[in-house]
Amino acid sequence: MIRSTVSALALTTLMAMPALAQEVWVSNERDNTISIIDVPTMEVVETIKVGARPRGIMFSHDHKVAYLCASDDSTIQVIDVATREILHNLPSGENPETFALHPDNRHIYISNEDDNITSVLDVVDRVIVAQIPVGVEPEGKAINRAGTIAITTSETTNMAHWINTETFEIFHNSLVGSRPRHAEFTSDDARLFVSAEIGGGLHVFDTETFEELAEIRFEIPDVHPHDVQPVGFKLTEDMSRVYVALGPANRIAVVDAQTYEVLGYHLVGRRVWHMAMSDDETKLFTTNGVSGDVTIIDLVRGEPIKTVKVGRFPWGAAYRPAEG
Amino acid sequence: MTQTPLIIPTLLASLLATGALASIDVPIAYLEMEVERPPVLTNLDPVPDDLGRMGAQLGLADNATTGGFMGHNYTLNDSVVPLGEDWLGAARAVLAEHRIVVVNAPAEALLALADLPEAQGALIFNARAEEEALREADCRANVLHTMPSYAMRADALMQFLVSRRWGDLVMITGQREADMAFAQALRDAATKFGARIRAEREWDMSSDMRRNIGQEFPVFTQDFPSHHVLLVADEAGDFGPFLEFNAWEPRPVAGSAGARPDAWSDRVEAYGAAQLQLRFKRLADRPMGAVDYAAWAAVRSVGEAVTRLNTADAGDIRDYILGDAFELAAFKGAAITYRDWNGQMRQPMPVATRTALVAMTPMPGFLHESNLLDTLGRDRPETACTAFD
Repeated sequence: MIRSTVSALALTTLMAMPALAQEVWVSNERDNTISIIDVPTMEVVETIKVGARPRGIMFSHDHKVAYLCASDDSTIQVIDVATREILHNLPSGENPETFALHPDNRHIYISNEDDNITSVLDVVDRVIVAQIPVGVEPEGKAINRAGTIAITTSETTNMAHWINTETFEIFHNSLVGSRPRHAEFTSDDARLFVSAEIGGGLHVFDTETFEELAEIRFEIPDVHPHDVQPVGFKLTEDMSRVYVALGPANRIAVVDAQTYEVLGYHLVGRRVWHMAMSDDETKLFTTNGVSGDVTIIDLVRGEPIKTVKVGRFPWGAAYRPAEG
Repeated sequence: MTQTPLIIPTLLASLLATGALASIDVPIAYLEMEVERPPVLTNLDPVPDDLGRMGAQLGLADNATTGGFMGHNYTLNDSVVPLGEDWLGAARAVLAEHRIVVVNAPAEALLALADLPEAQGALIFNARAEEEALREADCRANVLHTMPSYAMRADALMQFLVSRRWGDLVMITGQREADMAFAQALRDAATKFGARIRAEREWDMSSDMRRNIGQEFPVFTQDFPSHHVLLVADEAGDFGPFLEFNAWEPRPVAGSAGARPDAWSDRVEAYGAAQLQLRFKRLADRPMGAVDYAAWAAVRSVGEAVTRLNTADAGDIRDYILGDAFELAAFKGAAITYRDWNGQMRQPMPVATRTALVAMTPMPGFLHESNLLDTLGRDRPETACTAFD
């Protein structure tokens, strides 16, 4: 009794502090929680209870709130970064899996994986403003910096759909390898990267011509090609590197994003899917679903430096810079 | 012959990719032969009337969504030939209109269809028959098999048992043809992977074991040598489900009942399978079975080939499916491909009980010089099939 009062007090004091250190928020798909990793100490400092089957997770552009796909509750949860409290639930369409936030900080493009739909959510008015029919099992989402193009990848249709963000219409489809999982634009919006989990490659497209510029392949000694399954990836701001999570290969590939040469691999936890990168691009935090942990890779030293235990089946991760 | 043509409308024209896309029609037929089901002890688990057909329909729906973006119009003509009616007449009628046919029928009926003059140059998928001979001496160049063979299922189970170090086995077999075929596959698999079937016994099905199994079965199994696992070959699910907890020794049951190797189990949820299971349940209002999965995989294989090739020509589709470029994401963790020496679809296979997945095979550590999935079933050097040369 006494002890709990003291710790509650200590918490209150902590929360009252204005400055928040850098954090990584990790969604734990089979625990219905978010683990918050404090970046300076590399420890889990808090675990937040959230809705059912949390997967996609990201911060608003001002980092004041976090958005979370609570897939089996069919909602997007909005979490206050300072208080860690769930502020409200937003409409999302059925079974939201992943999403992307438009540069306007207001519209979220959501993959409704069981309904072959991309929903567009207005977080201010809290309504779905458009629903766009896409391929079977939509997943990966990306929006370019200009805010003109939204991408949806469809896992079973094996396509990246290019959506005009003004008309909400598909204006192009790019066929890729089997089971495309994730998409990202380069910081200059000139290229689009798409990973294909079963296909085993990372596709690169020219965003003007839609031409495929490259398909990056991964060959790892002593790892069977079946197990090389690219899922999440991160491009650096200067477009020099792309880091690719290779699923059951248990590795992160380091790729030259200009020459498309694979430079090396980092061994991480089991079945690595997604990742977050620090804003200074010196650290990478990978979600290892089967081992239930996050590997922290020091990108300057070029090696993993710590494994942090989180909840069951960590799925997504989002980085929040220091504040205050 | 009952016939229910089903046409899924393609997506709105406005969704078509930009640029001029020629529209291509891809008619697929699903042809099923109704068979007499042997009587079994319990009626609690009836075989669904639409087993297989619903899998094909889900495959069609998946294809149609993709086709909407590509200008490919998929249709599925599904028909069931009732007991005792003219199978080959129905097959001829279907083949006159369709060059791609998914067949859910016993082995002899499948072969008779494949050997029709009308079937030459057609692409036929076997979504049901597990007989080894269809992939070996009786293989046909116009038939691909999405259903695994008895040998593949037996190998999957044996890999699991051997990797658990449970190599001492005894086996009880039923008296039906399928039971004997699966039992033989289990014997071959035990030899292949170094397990031992130390004793076998045939179960006489004349008594209703629901009442007396507790008295009869311990005695029946009392003088079995010591063993790790009790294998059962009872493909109709007649007595097998009642064996567990009723033998002399408390040993797990595997094979047709207990831990069962199969093309599919409704217990698979990793590898994105939860989505497939949900889509199927929404469509069919029941769990997805192995024949459903095989029919789904056949229709999806065609869809994948048409998407990449932009043609509906059966010959081109067959060649592409058997080629190196083909791969299908099929919710079992590894891409699906086909063996170019006999047309058998390579696939991981779940070993599952009624309540949970036990393992997804091939098991780690069973290596192969070219493809781990070829550790399941007869491999290229052993094949007796020459039709694909």
